[in-house]
Amino acid sequence: MAQAKNTAEALRPEDFVILRERSAPSDLLVREPVGYWKDAWRRLRRNKVAMTSLVVLGLFLIMIIIGPYLRGYDYITAAPQYKNADMSAQFWLGADALGRDLFSRLWVGTRVSFVIAIVCTAVQVVVGCLYGSVMAYFGGIVDEIMMRILEVITAIPSLLITILIMIALGNSAFSLLVALCIASWCPTARVVRGQIMQLRESEYVMAAEAMGERPMRIILRHLLPNIMGILILDVATSIPGYIFQEAGLSFIGLGLQTPAISLGLLISNGQAVMNSHVNQLIFPAAVLCIMVLAFNLLGDGLRNALDPKFRK
Amino acid sequence: MSEHNTPLIQVKHLKKYFPAGRKEVVKAIDDISFDIYERETVGLVGESGCGKTTTGRINLVLYDKTDGQVLYRGQDVHQMSRAERYRFKKNAQIVFQDPYSSLDPRMTVADIIGEGIDVHHLAANKRERLEKIYSYLRAVGLNESHASRFVHEFSGGQRQRIGIARALAVEPEFIMLDEPISALDVSIQAQVVNLLIRLQREKGLTYLFVAHDLAMVKHISDRIVVMYLGTVVETAASDALYGKPMHPYTQSLIAAVPIPDPEKERRRSEETIQGEATIAGATQGCRFRTRCKYATEACAREMPSLREVEPGHFVACHNLDQVGR
Ligand SMILES: Nc1ncnc2c1ncn2[C@@H]1O[C@H](COP(=O)(O)OP(=O)(O)OP(=O)(O)O)[C@@H](O)[C@H]1O
Ligand SMILES: [Mg+2]
Repeated sequence: MAQAKNTAEALRPEDFVILRERSAPSDLLVREPVGYWKDAWRRLRRNKVAMTSLVVLGLFLIMIIIGPYLRGYDYITAAPQYKNADMSAQFWLGADALGRDLFSRLWVGTRVSFVIAIVCTAVQVVVGCLYGSVMAYFGGIVDEIMMRILEVITAIPSLLITILIMIALGNSAFSLLVALCIASWCPTARVVRGQIMQLRESEYVMAAEAMGERPMRIILRHLLPNIMGILILDVATSIPGYIFQEAGLSFIGLGLQTPAISLGLLISNGQAVMNSHVNQLIFPAAVLCIMVLAFNLLGDGLRNALDPKFRK
Repeated sequence: MSEHNTPLIQVKHLKKYFPAGRKEVVKAIDDISFDIYERETVGLVGESGCGKTTTGRINLVLYDKTDGQVLYRGQDVHQMSRAERYRFKKNAQIVFQDPYSSLDPRMTVADIIGEGIDVHHLAANKRERLEKIYSYLRAVGLNESHASRFVHEFSGGQRQRIGIARALAVEPEFIMLDEPISALDVSIQAQVVNLLIRLQREKGLTYLFVAHDLAMVKHISDRIVVMYLGTVVETAASDALYGKPMHPYTQSLIAAVPIPDPEKERRRSEETIQGEATIAGATQGCRFRTRCKYATEACAREMPSLREVEPGHFVACHNLDQVGR
């Protein structure tokens, strides 16, 4: 009580100073407005984990292209004298059961796995987008029928389809592509359909029409940015999925088969000699894990970067 | 209305039927006519679902019409060539009812406002574009620091202002305001209305101001058009409509405005109409008759047409002599 009284006495009108309106700090807040993509890139760049993943993936990409030729060895013909050679200056990661340089083979295998994943993702996104936009655009009975087809496809367990197709078409890269792609586009088609339907009804598209914006520009300025975010995310998370699937199928003998080279096959071969030559298992497995992890982390970063709600 | 003699927009016998299921239609608008004069504000009033939004959107060619005409300076807006349409869209703008869904979540405020500037090449360079964006932001009571933000960072009232700034950015002469304040807090409603009145005075704008109750439009409107289930039941100058409402529906609308006096308020509540607006059972004749205490069999037989009862005061009712106050 006494203290409160003291405070009341201590505060006299003369002690209060009228502050002028400060304009400077609010001016500092003014940031040059940038577009959606630039802003997304800025947000991604600030994400250390995502940027590290991006750099790692960049390095992998370089190695996929030049890696197999760095040592200049023949990585296909058997060379019995180097059978299961250990790691050395000659064979950086050792040689396999047939005496072939593992370093070169590793990057060829990564290349094959990567290409399969990219092609599958491309098929998935293109087919999904086309199918989804046709459903959304035509609507009505067309939408109904296409939706039923989609439901039937998604109702069958995808592993079953894949195995059946691999048995029917035989083990080749092409049949693996077909098997992996056949049902993969369904979720993409659903998402695209929903997005387009929602966007077509949205009032901000109508506002752009009211402004006299041309249809092409409406697609570029409003529809694409709103769909692209989801598609980029879809791509970033699908690629590691395919890499895993290929490796898994090849490992259990349903995917590619020797003499083809892929991460799955290398891991499978490495596993056979795991007890004596663990290097043959560890390196392909490490590349697989790091690549999948990098894609997933990058996908996470992209999700945050592409959604303005996560903006700091 | 002697001060404005040229109708800027004439709506003539406009109809809009939406398909609803097989072979059935919703008669969202059924033969409505009214004029909007230059530099005036026309209030469009009616309860939810009576076709106000539809009317406004047809006026701006955002929807096709089923029948009738909308003339802009004497020219049918639905028959315009591409170049004419482009010019028309610069002159006539819209502020949407829903401040949440009408702004693109993936665009910055600067780009939302700048879009119209780009479409109609209203700025010579980037610098001028940004200057303009800032000036519109200030005009609606926001500031430069908001330009680089995305819409999810704003409140409903601020979004509505962004919507208004977007409409202003193409320097239009007519703006259709679709319930611009009904989604807002009561404390902000007055601010936005005052903002709209100020902008109208500064820029010589013409407004079609949509609202679902009379209290909202009474201060801003010069004239008021009252709609009931897709038809116009009464139109008059604001004061005339308020002082001497003739259609039973308008009377009940006015009775619905709360009065800050408990005695009068009790009597008012008793007069307010009950029930829901329904099209069912009113496919023929006056659509209001199912809720009208003056309804006669004439009302069931025939749809009353708008008659000029007093200069500038139009009413569509068969039983005006009984209804009178
Ligand atoms: N795209 C559409 N398809 C089918 N029916 C529609 C469509 N738009 C509106 N309607 C119907 O037309 C009628 C009028 O709708 P409108 O949106 O114009 O009402 P409103 O007067 O603006 O109502 P509110 O005050 O709730 O905004 C409603 O019965 C509605 O169901
Ligand atoms: Mg409406």
